[in-house]
Amino acid sequence: MTSFYLVALAVLTVAAFLAARGRAGALGASGRLHSLPTYHGLLAASAVVLPMMLVLAVYGATAPSFVQSQAIAALPGDPLGDDALARATRMREIANAVANPAGATPETLAAAERYRAAQAMADWALLIVGIGLGGLGAAWMVRKVGPHFRARNGFERVVIGVLIACALVAILTTVGIVFSVLFETLRFFTKYSWLDFLTGLQWSPQTAIREDQVGQSGAFGAVPLFVGTTLIMLIAMLIAAPVGLFSAIYMAEYASPRLRGIAKPVLEILAGVPTVVFGFFAALTVAPAIRSLGLTLGLDVASESALAAGVVMGIMIIPFVSSLSDDVINAVPQSLRDGSYGMGATKSETIKKVVLPAALPGIVSAMMLAVSRAVGETMIVVMAAGLTANLTFNPLEAVTTVTVQIKTLLVGDQEFDSAKTLSAFALGFVLFFFTLILNVVALRIVKRYREQYD
Amino acid sequence: MNSLVQTPKTSARAAESTPHSLHPKVVAKDVNVYYGDKHALHDVTIDIPEKAVMAFIGPSGCGKSTFLRCINRMNDTISIARVTGDILIDDQHIYDPKLDVVQLRARVGMVFQKPNPFPKSIFENVAYGPRIHGLARSKTDLEEIVTASLQRAGLWNEVKDRLNEAGTGLSGGQQQRLCIARAIAVSPEVILMDEPCSALDPIATARVEELIDELRQNFTIIIVTHSMQQAARVSQNTAFFHLGILVETGPTDQIFTTPRDKRTQDYITGRFG
Ligand SMILES: Nc1ncnc2c1ncn2[C@@H]1O[C@H](COP(=O)(O)OP(=O)(O)OP(=O)(O)O)[C@@H](O)[C@H]1O
Ligand SMILES: [Mg+2]
Repeated sequence: MTSFYLVALAVLTVAAFLAARGRAGALGASGRLHSLPTYHGLLAASAVVLPMMLVLAVYGATAPSFVQSQAIAALPGDPLGDDALARATRMREIANAVANPAGATPETLAAAERYRAAQAMADWALLIVGIGLGGLGAAWMVRKVGPHFRARNGFERVVIGVLIACALVAILTTVGIVFSVLFETLRFFTKYSWLDFLTGLQWSPQTAIREDQVGQSGAFGAVPLFVGTTLIMLIAMLIAAPVGLFSAIYMAEYASPRLRGIAKPVLEILAGVPTVVFGFFAALTVAPAIRSLGLTLGLDVASESALAAGVVMGIMIIPFVSSLSDDVINAVPQSLRDGSYGMGATKSETIKKVVLPAALPGIVSAMMLAVSRAVGETMIVVMAAGLTANLTFNPLEAVTTVTVQIKTLLVGDQEFDSAKTLSAFALGFVLFFFTLILNVVALRIVKRYREQYD
Repeated sequence: MNSLVQTPKTSARAAESTPHSLHPKVVAKDVNVYYGDKHALHDVTIDIPEKAVMAFIGPSGCGKSTFLRCINRMNDTISIARVTGDILIDDQHIYDPKLDVVQLRARVGMVFQKPNPFPKSIFENVAYGPRIHGLARSKTDLEEIVTASLQRAGLWNEVKDRLNEAGTGLSGGQQQRLCIARAIAVSPEVILMDEPCSALDPIATARVEELIDELRQNFTIIIVTHSMQQAARVSQNTAFFHLGILVETGPTDQIFTTPRDKRTQDYITGRFG
């Protein structure tokens, strides 16, 4: 039914556009119009599209629950008293009966009948209201076509409205996510002290599932996770920062255009490798290599180590650092380089003393964005660094990170209000807050830097 | 072409204040410059006298900057540029493969069209050249060089209390004088200036022109300018370029009063360009 509706929408839109444009064109032949005929057409088309899309959205949001409640109400007993699971089971039976009535109980068949009727009603309502509104809009706009009608300004407002709506969707989703995380975090802190959470040294989130279990009270001291995250992030940055920066300097200042043309896309491919691939690279290649290297040196290396995860994560963010740094280095005005060469400086002196200091704020913010990327990365750590919440700064031991714990806490069947599940939200909130601060600071620095040269 | 080589004879100003002005500091012979396939400069042959100001004039795109940038080999930084012919400074071939560009540029300073102070403090801007060339043996040495350069650039009084502030925070005219101070801090012999006043207001321009006039006591200065008046005010000798050709060169007052070439005459009287 919706496909028919969409066809009707398209047909009406084109018709409204052509009618309004045609009318305006005819008027334009006899005298001067305020707006070009195309604008009259576009405005009429938007007068069809906008209300019809709105009606469709309302239908999509309300019709399914309306149809379901009708169908369930047709069942005997007190179906509304059932829990969500039972209702879902019944609903599935009814839907099956709609598709294939054979073998269904008479009650279910009756409910299926109600279901079909309700669905038809909703569909007809959609068609009549939607097409009616669209037709009205079209007729209204086509009638308004005239030499003084400001269709051009009207369409401008429509465009602005659409853009604002899209921006609002993005902003509201973000705000919604932040608030739901915040809300769950606060719920967690009613069950567990926030001070213990932020300063506790013990992380063992297993809580008792049954009342009679013992010794499983759960400890949510997140410090080991913060330390693990920091450790892996430091290792990653130790690799990504110099390698990324130096390769950016080479690309921006020394590489011939031909080499640049080849190397940049290759680096971008590296940036496009899915993190899972990096993850099994870390777990299956790098971790064993580090372990056997450790053995030959007489070191005891865990098979899952912070070092392996950090190294691979560092490799993963190299292209990130290098392409951002490359951009800021290229943004340093050529006139500064000329000034330095003109003083008799060599290329590397120029880079060291003029280009890099000028690009420094941008490079710093590139590094900060890379850090927030490293902190938020999960897959590699899950696969290569392990799950044990060790409080250690030894890169050869297994550690775990905030993101990995969030993933572990929420995988599998969970109660949604246990302290264990809620602690994931608290961790998520800390992570979000940290990366938010990093990003804000980084963007601030970039902005200051832009002002300096524009 | 060779007949165009001129040494100043009649410039009274040049003669009184610069007794050595007959001696050519920079000599160019048959210089050609190509940007890829584009032949931008044709057989330029010119003598540039020592301790005097030489002005390059001519319509836009005629190759003034291109020739200026040959003199400190800044064209080396443009990958597609190719230079043929000879340029000598004090009888030394500057395109000699044995010659070190870094040292050449320490001898031939450059001031650009747009002021381009480094994003460093005023002090560090001026100290840049002395530092990379190791001209100062101690911190006090360096401070002396910086102070002297700023004084000679006529900027000292304006910045002496704020030497540690960013050079980019100065006004345009101050920035340009800072760039001049930066250039003279390494005591070059020749200073190249490519439209140094084009981004400045008339007062700042007058200030820089005054400065150029003072600097010619010690330096050989070559200035590209689009302003006839400026050329007349600051230079003792003028060279007129047109479509990549050096049309005419001679003492400034002669070029401006009795040009020998029709194209020079047309340009000076504003008939094209
Ligand atoms: N980097 C370059 N690449 C290619 N062609 C160039 C380059 N620089 C200059 N040219 C060309 O060489 C010719 C001379 O340019 P040049 O910059 O020397 O002119 P100009 O006399 O300084 O002009 P203006 O007064 O506008 O500064 C022009 O035709 C220009 O297009
Ligand atoms: Mg120029």
